[in-house]
Amino acid sequence: MTVIDEKAPASTKHGHFKRDLAGLAVMVLFAIVFYLIFPNNLALLTRITAILLLVLSLDLVTGYCGVATLGHAALFGSGAYAAGIAAAHFGITEPITMVLIGALGGAAAGLLSGAIILRGHGLSQLVLSIAIIHLFHEAANKASTYTGGSDGLSGIAPDAVFGIFQFDLWGRTAYVFSIVILLVVFMLLRQLVQSPFGMLCRGIKEDPMRIRAMGASVRGTLLKMYTISGAVAGIGGALTAISTQVVGLDSLSFTMSAEALVMLVLGGVGSLYGAFIGTIVFMFFEDFVSAANPFHWLTLVGALLIAVVLCAPRGIYGTALERLPNLWKRRS
Amino acid sequence: MSQNFIFQVENLQKNFGGLAVTRNVSLAMQPGDRLALIGPNGAGKTTFVNLVTGHLRPDSGTVRLGGDDVTRFNPTQRVRHGLVRSFQVTRLFLDMTPEEHIALAILQRNKQSGRMFGNYMALSGMRSEVDELLSTLGLDSLRHSKVRQIAYGQQRLLEIALAMALRPKVLLLDEPAAGVPQSDTGRIEEALAKLPDNLAVLMIEHDMDLVFRFAKRVIVLAAGEIIFDGSPADVTRDPRVREAYLGSYGHDSSVA
Repeated sequence: MTVIDEKAPASTKHGHFKRDLAGLAVMVLFAIVFYLIFPNNLALLTRITAILLLVLSLDLVTGYCGVATLGHAALFGSGAYAAGIAAAHFGITEPITMVLIGALGGAAAGLLSGAIILRGHGLSQLVLSIAIIHLFHEAANKASTYTGGSDGLSGIAPDAVFGIFQFDLWGRTAYVFSIVILLVVFMLLRQLVQSPFGMLCRGIKEDPMRIRAMGASVRGTLLKMYTISGAVAGIGGALTAISTQVVGLDSLSFTMSAEALVMLVLGGVGSLYGAFIGTIVFMFFEDFVSAANPFHWLTLVGALLIAVVLCAPRGIYGTALERLPNLWKRRS
Repeated sequence: MSQNFIFQVENLQKNFGGLAVTRNVSLAMQPGDRLALIGPNGAGKTTFVNLVTGHLRPDSGTVRLGGDDVTRFNPTQRVRHGLVRSFQVTRLFLDMTPEEHIALAILQRNKQSGRMFGNYMALSGMRSEVDELLSTLGLDSLRHSKVRQIAYGQQRLLEIALAMALRPKVLLLDEPAAGVPQSDTGRIEEALAKLPDNLAVLMIEHDMDLVFRFAKRVIVLAAGEIIFDGSPADVTRDPRVREAYLGSYGHDSSVA
């Protein structure tokens, strides 16, 4: 008995680590393959990277804590505007500093919107989140001195990374810069979701009352996670500000919030890998279909969603995880 | 006087509208007490539990834990003060394993549940304590199974393990054997027998066999007030208890 007890947890710990390393290797591989296949479309790849951070951030609150929100772009847009305003109005153009400012802006937006959204439950939570995204959007629209209003914020000219790598016209630097930041954030988030704090959040998602009966604070824990989630989304926002050198009101839109949720559901809620797969599949599908059939592409996106939700209710990754082991067993 | 008591309720009163559901209830417990609270349906047991755990505020009266007045504390604060409860219908995290449940309770007790990095099983003392609790309750073989896949009787045992992991001073067991098949109640009883000696346990239970075997003292609640406080041996002979349970029939039959 003791032998089994000693071995089992050690192997799971080892398993996590191995899986993370394998995941990291696959991501690096994909990043390189995409770079080679689409050398003329690096802007799209960089955009996918930034959106990925938004979807990962949404997964933290929705997938791991069970908070329903349709206003998550508020965190992303706040990060984008924070980094953009720092560069355009205050001359802070060092890219890593801009990313950190984006993280701070996103975290502040996360704290604020979390404090409001977490007062509601279920449907009222959803309504509050919609109200928040509209308020953020309107605030950015009105504060046009700083944000450029509906014309967008331009004049963002980031310095070279480490003073060496200039942001070039083809977007190579922007792509590599985004990928490196994404991978760093991803590894940190893998730590977070497996930590005691991550486990506490999963407990809250399943039964907040049980967590209270164990003496833990539900609201405080969720607010912390919301702030972290804000920082992650804010980094994504800062990356769009750096790579496109403009920030528009669409980064604070309801549409973007809703699309992020769709991507998460598509990939699989409650798993960081699911957020990854959902975003990549959705963005590529959207790009491919809208080019192939500019008139009916939205119909096809809708059809894809219905197909996934009906055939793979736990998302692409969640369902694969559930079914693949069985398929393997059957074969052998 | 109050120093000896780990848990004290004084003159607790609660009305819903014009109806008094808890009337002037007082009781005190010492470390190591094994007390059962029984009463017919509608006697006010649930209200009493909610007043004690802090889910309801009393109209008057006080609740004390270890000499401190906790009447104004919310449920979470009372847990941190050493009052832990189990639930009548198990409330567990269905997608988590028994190991994770117990680890989470230990982390919470040690104020480490906010740590954002590292493997919790690597924390000093964690592995040995989880091992010990799981084997005490015979749950070793299930340590990595999801709770939704384990039998209800075992889920009840895990509820008890969770409560033990929080190391309370006072444990409130709300029908610990409810919903468990008769064949498995023995295992629940074994688990209850292993509760620490210095822990004060207040059990609310319908199963009289369990009450008689577990409790050293029984309190009977009827219509919101305590009508009996004494040994299990005397409870069935008390005329007021018979009256409460059986109405006028109680005069010529005994309590089952």
